[in-house]
Amino acid sequence: MNKLYIFLKYFFIVLWTVFVVAPFLWALTTSFKDFQSVNGGVTYIPWVDFEPNLEGWKVLIKSPAKGGVDIIEPYFNSLFVTCTASLISIILGTLSAYALSRYTFKAGFVKNNDITFFFISQRIMPPIVLSIPFFLFLSSINLLDSLTGLIVVYIVLLMPIAVWIMVDFFNKVPREIDETALIDGCNPYQAFLKVVLPNSIPGLIVAGMFCIIFGWIDFFFAFILTFTEVQLLPVKIVALNSSVTPWWSLSASALVSVAPLIIVAFIVERYLSKGNLSGAIK
Amino acid sequence: MDLVANNLSYKPDDQYHLNEVSFNFKEGNLYTILGRTLSGKTTLLKTIAGLLTPDSGEIEFDGKNFLKIPVWERNVAMVYQQFINYPHLNVFENIAFPLKQRKIDQSIIKEKVMDALKSVGLLGYENRKIQELSGGQQQRVSLARSLVKNAKILLLDEPLVNLDYKLREQLRDEFKNLFSKGLADETILIYSTTDPKETMELNGEVIVLDEGKVLQVGPAKEIFENPNSLKVAEISNDPPMNIIEAKISDNQIRFEGIDVEAPQHLSKLTEEGLKIGLRSSDIELNENGHEFEVELAEISGSETLLHLKRGDTKIIVSIEEVLNFKIHDKVKINFKIDRAYAFHADGKLASSPFGGLNG
Repeated sequence: MNKLYIFLKYFFIVLWTVFVVAPFLWALTTSFKDFQSVNGGVTYIPWVDFEPNLEGWKVLIKSPAKGGVDIIEPYFNSLFVTCTASLISIILGTLSAYALSRYTFKAGFVKNNDITFFFISQRIMPPIVLSIPFFLFLSSINLLDSLTGLIVVYIVLLMPIAVWIMVDFFNKVPREIDETALIDGCNPYQAFLKVVLPNSIPGLIVAGMFCIIFGWIDFFFAFILTFTEVQLLPVKIVALNSSVTPWWSLSASALVSVAPLIIVAFIVERYLSKGNLSGAIK
Repeated sequence: MDLVANNLSYKPDDQYHLNEVSFNFKEGNLYTILGRTLSGKTTLLKTIAGLLTPDSGEIEFDGKNFLKIPVWERNVAMVYQQFINYPHLNVFENIAFPLKQRKIDQSIIKEKVMDALKSVGLLGYENRKIQELSGGQQQRVSLARSLVKNAKILLLDEPLVNLDYKLREQLRDEFKNLFSKGLADETILIYSTTDPKETMELNGEVIVLDEGKVLQVGPAKEIFENPNSLKVAEISNDPPMNIIEAKISDNQIRFEGIDVEAPQHLSKLTEEGLKIGLRSSDIELNENGHEFEVELAEISGSETLLHLKRGDTKIIVSIEEVLNFKIHDKVKINFKIDRAYAFHADGKLASSPFGGLNG
């Protein structure tokens, strides 16, 4: 019975691993192939099945004039927009979440929970509903087709996530910890910075991770709100798909685009396995 | 430097948490706030600390209006019933935190923290993480953090309630030592608890609080001997004092078909609706006594608590040994009636064996 359980456990783990890793491996090998290796039947192992070359990767950094697709600029655009928007969202979101968790607000029938729900409701709405208002709004303040405009829009999209996660997190931090800090001579700002924030790092990491993921993978708004001046990576990659770009370059660009998320996942995973994320506050 | 409060009221919902509370606390004294859960003890301490603002009333300390001073400038210290420390700091940093906040010199901080660690018996633990300590040790750290500040007002909010029995006894003794060592010379020490035993052992000035109202103020002995009302008698005894509806006539106390000769201090009370109060320890098993039926028998420590019934009268008897009873057993008991109290129908004390309001 026990042996069967262990066997089944590892069987499914292996199955799932194959399911998750295989596409990456396939993209990885394809990215090193050339026309002959791709069209000459199924091949797996470099040097044995086919002769690897760097053509697919070189195309990515060549300028269009030389027959390349140049994803470097969209790549750094995406990095810049995602990181800036995530950072601002986390800062604003954490501050609002702390206020919502610790102070009582009342405006007519609107109370704390209603304000929190208002933030969450921003994510419940289908993005397409927001597309026209955002478009008109950005065009009225002259920020269409600009990085700043995209950052503004992404903050609107990402801050609710940060608020949602952090409100929940702060609600679990005992109020008595803030109160003790006040009694020990901190003013409310010091209590937040010196005591509450250092104990909220796990929550901040989780919120930051979600912001980065949702910011990085957004295609819809990046597509609608930019034209020629500015391009973000997801839009660029989709554009590659419809052109004459070879498969090996598409595979390389796909790998490059998921790389940041994989790095983020590894960092967070290390935190998780050290136990730093759980049990900081009983 | 006195801490004076006038008519503090706080009513955040439809119930009073504080109801016209007034007191005058003098430096160098220990004050015990005794009350059941939700009686307003924590609210009162938080109001003194400045974490809550009362709806009305005043607090003055050292002649200054305390309500106008924010928490972080009040120089108070507080220990919570939950073990509250800063989880991201180690033991040393936790205790040093309030001193660092005052920008005191590093070497002085070190000296003071070590002194505090010594007085709570945690020397050698300074580099431990808070999460690695037991509950009792965590509570010692928060006590040390409150001692290190030399605060003028030290608030202890049921500091022992979440500890197990043995640690509680041990820490209570250490508290008494700390308090008597002259720590409290210029400190006002305010200690809240639900436990009458703890109150009597601390032997300070007692404030009995119920539903946000001060019921009685006095030295522990006075509260124990002459509770001014039924409520106080219930709150200041564990198990609560037995209340028996009885009639006194012809020098006899009569209830449930039992006649007991009235002691001198009760003999003149002949009014209607009189209630007789008798501590559970003032009733004993006796072969020649009156018959009662066992409703429940619980063994707590080395004591047996017998819940007895006769007609509509229910009483609790505590016996200083471990005995086994079955439900519906018949037992015979005797009342040490010369230790009985009498209360008027409105709950006010009518007569006490210790001479309070002798009828």
